[in-house]
Amino acid sequence: MAESAPAQPSTQSAAIALQQVSVAFRLPDGGLYTAVEQATLKVADGEFVSIVGPTGCGKSTLLNIAAGLIPPSAGRADIFGAHLLGLNRQAGYLFQADALFPWKTALENVAIGPETAGTPPQEARAHAKAWLTRVGLGSFGDRYPHMLSGGQRKRIGLAQVLIRDPKILLMDEPFGPLDAQTRQIMGNLLLDLWSADRKAVLFITHDLEEAIALSDRVVIMSAGPASRIIGDWTVKLSRPRDIAEVKLDAGFNTLHREIWHTLKAEVVKGYERVEGA
Amino acid sequence: MTMSRFTLLTLQILVAVISVWAWYALATYPVFGHVLLPPFFFSNPVDVASQIYVWFATGVIWKHLLVTLTESVLAFVIGSFGGVLVGFWFARQPRTAAVFDPYVKMANALPRVVLAPIFTLWLGLGIWSKVALGVTLVFFIVFFNVYQGVKEVSPTVLANARMLGMSKRQLMRHVYWPSALSWMFSSLHTSVGFAVVGAVVGEYLGSAAGLGYLIQQAEGVFDVAGVFAGMFVLAAFVIVIDMFVTVVERRLLVWRPVAELRT
Repeated sequence: MAESAPAQPSTQSAAIALQQVSVAFRLPDGGLYTAVEQATLKVADGEFVSIVGPTGCGKSTLLNIAAGLIPPSAGRADIFGAHLLGLNRQAGYLFQADALFPWKTALENVAIGPETAGTPPQEARAHAKAWLTRVGLGSFGDRYPHMLSGGQRKRIGLAQVLIRDPKILLMDEPFGPLDAQTRQIMGNLLLDLWSADRKAVLFITHDLEEAIALSDRVVIMSAGPASRIIGDWTVKLSRPRDIAEVKLDAGFNTLHREIWHTLKAEVVKGYERVEGA
Repeated sequence: MTMSRFTLLTLQILVAVISVWAWYALATYPVFGHVLLPPFFFSNPVDVASQIYVWFATGVIWKHLLVTLTESVLAFVIGSFGGVLVGFWFARQPRTAAVFDPYVKMANALPRVVLAPIFTLWLGLGIWSKVALGVTLVFFIVFFNVYQGVKEVSPTVLANARMLGMSKRQLMRHVYWPSALSWMFSSLHTSVGFAVVGAVVGEYLGSAAGLGYLIQQAEGVFDVAGVFAGMFVLAAFVIVIDMFVTVVERRLLVWRPVAELRT
């Protein structure tokens, strides 16, 4: 990790701290597939970190470890200084695929978080309504997910996660399936909502531009199998940012060129492996 | 293919008119000296219609319709309830499911008609032996659908529910249950249809009332018009029930894309 930026000052315990985390899966044929090898990553409270890497590099695996959805095969994960065993109760997770409950209306989907936590239904609904307005879908409360566009579903998903006010936000290529314009709008919406109370964010993407535009730090992973973290850059662009405008910034372009130089080699490697397999 | 409602309806009615006319003509007028549909075996539309008219005019049919309807509804309700319960249980307890798997397959492979005499023996000639036969048909359809529904909950939705902090009970209520019900409802037409089949076949094999009984009685005295009349009333009965099911389904599955409803 010669190119790494200096590690975060650890005056307080990080929101997410992964130490030497490895993940291996048992394959159906009995072999062992190492998805991630010895990944060490810290996300400070209030910090927005993106992980970028080629397809199939185990980015999502790393996120699932932070969420507590899968346990690491080796190493450990700490959340605010406490060893993570089981689900990460302090995290909200925005999935890549559609994760809304199809049998619930938009309003019910957003209200389910507080309801689960024991808020009286009436109150949960009022709260959910406010959140729907915040994501710009105030009048769509009674629609079912299949009646909404992909972008609208992502907005509902964002409201569903943020209404619970998690301390950590985990996002797995959340805007991947969307078209370029919608992605930009969603990115700005996310930054808007995030700047209100600066949660720690771990954001997975394969889009380097998106990563730089959104984040405080960009982490690069190598092509799988046995992906490692091979780079860590601090993004020193001022906030608040506008996704479209920040891309015209000179600092943005310099950084983009610098990171792309590293990433390109891995992307090529990744494709060679996928296609050679 | 697009067709206006009016054209479609006209064509549909045309099919009925031509079929009935052909039936009438072939049963009445000889072709090259032969009546192709001898009235003794095929009756004719006029006799069938007048038989149906008599049934409704005198009101005897209502009693039989009510009996068949009661049996069908009971078979459907009991079969569905059992299917949901066991389907849920097996899906959540893979070990139990594995143990019972061969027996479930065996029971499902059995042609249910052979059970009719047993049920008549156990439960008598009244409605319950027919209900039992219907239940054995409905149960398996609902069971397999609910089992599938619970097992095939989208892993993403499930992971999302867990990340949203749901307990096991909440997962049941907000994820597994709606998913299982949606699968059950998607098989509603089939299971309701089978409930009617169970009732009618049961009546046909031995009973004192119902549409199946009516058909069987007519057949016993070579009253072909009566057999056909019974069949037509039964067909109309099934269509009415099916329309009712469609309405219920529309209300219950509003959250589904329309295309998925057409199974």
